[in-house]
Amino acid sequence: MAANEYVVRTKDLVKEYTMGDQVLKALNGINLDVYRGEYISIMGPSGSGKSTLFNAIGGLDKPTSGSVFINDVDMAQLDAQELAYLRCHTIGYIFQTFNLIPVMTALENVTLPTVFAGMSTDEGIERGIELLNLVGLGERLHHKPSELSGGQQQRVAIARALANNPSIILADEPTGNLDLNTGKEIIELLKRLNREQGVTIISATHDLKMLDVSDRIVWIRDGQIAKIEERADIAIKVGEMEVAGESEAGH
Amino acid sequence: MSVRDSRQGASGAEVKRQIQLPFAKAVEIAFKSIKIRFWRSLITAAGILLGIAFFTSVRMSGEFTRIQRGIILQKKEAIAAGTLKPSAEDVRQVNSLEADEADRRSSEMRLKWLSIMALIVCTVGITNAMLMSVTERYKEIGTMKCLGALDSLIVKLFFIEACFLGLIASVMGFVVGWAVISLVRLVTDGIEVFGGAFWLASLQLLILSVSLGTVLTFVATILPAIKAAEMPPAAALRVEI
Repeated sequence: MAANEYVVRTKDLVKEYTMGDQVLKALNGINLDVYRGEYISIMGPSGSGKSTLFNAIGGLDKPTSGSVFINDVDMAQLDAQELAYLRCHTIGYIFQTFNLIPVMTALENVTLPTVFAGMSTDEGIERGIELLNLVGLGERLHHKPSELSGGQQQRVAIARALANNPSIILADEPTGNLDLNTGKEIIELLKRLNREQGVTIISATHDLKMLDVSDRIVWIRDGQIAKIEERADIAIKVGEMEVAGESEAGH
Repeated sequence: MSVRDSRQGASGAEVKRQIQLPFAKAVEIAFKSIKIRFWRSLITAAGILLGIAFFTSVRMSGEFTRIQRGIILQKKEAIAAGTLKPSAEDVRQVNSLEADEADRRSSEMRLKWLSIMALIVCTVGITNAMLMSVTERYKEIGTMKCLGALDSLIVKLFFIEACFLGLIASVMGFVVGWAVISLVRLVTDGIEVFGGAFWLASLQLLILSVSLGTVLTFVATILPAIKAAEMPPAAALRVEI
């Protein structure tokens, strides 16, 4: 089990963007180990490199240097077909902007990853209905994203992320476009999936409501890890942070 | 084997390869995709249809003028050889043909110019329609890649969609342009121009118009689709239009 202890590891991760003649270091040497079954939040102000880290871990963008290991496999060594397999089966993605396909119904959106995985249509639909029931949208299978509220759209996106039983769910600001209560519901849903299905959740966020459910919190600033806290360490401080979180969401 | 070994971590973990969906499945997905965005597909198809209809009508109009001139020339020769008793109408036609020699030259130039313009308008129209319909789906392409779609599948989907839309819309565009101009000529020139030369010209133009429409649609779709499919998903998701 020791070799399987970490589901994600990053080593000296650097990502540079060139803007005109300026080189911007969005990530500057990130070393992060994520345990299997963990709920980990990556916290930091906007522009700190959270989303860049999210993209690098998810294999959505290539880092400038350094490596990402998923289940002990170096992602840089994978070819396109292996990377596609990883995105299809191992990682589920949740985005701030939901990224549902607007012309498809909730069920069609959730079924799409099963099509890419080669599942038969009937099996895929069965799986889709099961997942939409799990996230509480069993009554809205045939609604298009435009006919759903933000919270409901994010639930569809979560169901879609779970379609092929991934071991990791990557969430980039999952509550960023949602109001306070809907955000809380989404966080609770993610926590429930983490607890009941044992899926590892890595969430980039600046939503302080996430602190409560996270096992560990990684604070990043200017592309570097400022500190990593266990939940136990910050339990005492949560009270004052929730107040801060609400006042932030209020403006 | 050494490459394969280096991919394995300490635990010997290895990533499987994503399966290639069979072509029939890609056809199924592509047709579903056309169907679910039916109205958008219809507007795209209308863009292709109008371009080809315009091109066809201008070219066909030129063909009619050529055919008619051929008929009058034949009459003229027949009158000269004494095999045809000219009616008043025939005489008028032959006379106008001779009188208008200079006019004819300039009208032929005009027709050529119009035909080139028709080609340009049709090219720009179709390219624009198809570029729009792909670029507005960059985000969708990025999303599909996040969900495990292979680059080759995405290119395949757009390939099938482009061929289907291009073919159907071009054939319809030809029929519309051809029918309209034929009807007009039937009224102005009478039945006599609809001989063997007319059908031959129609067939040639059918092949030209349909291949032009399909090839233009295909090129204008597949190039941006390949570009989008080869982007890292994060970049495709960032594209704003």
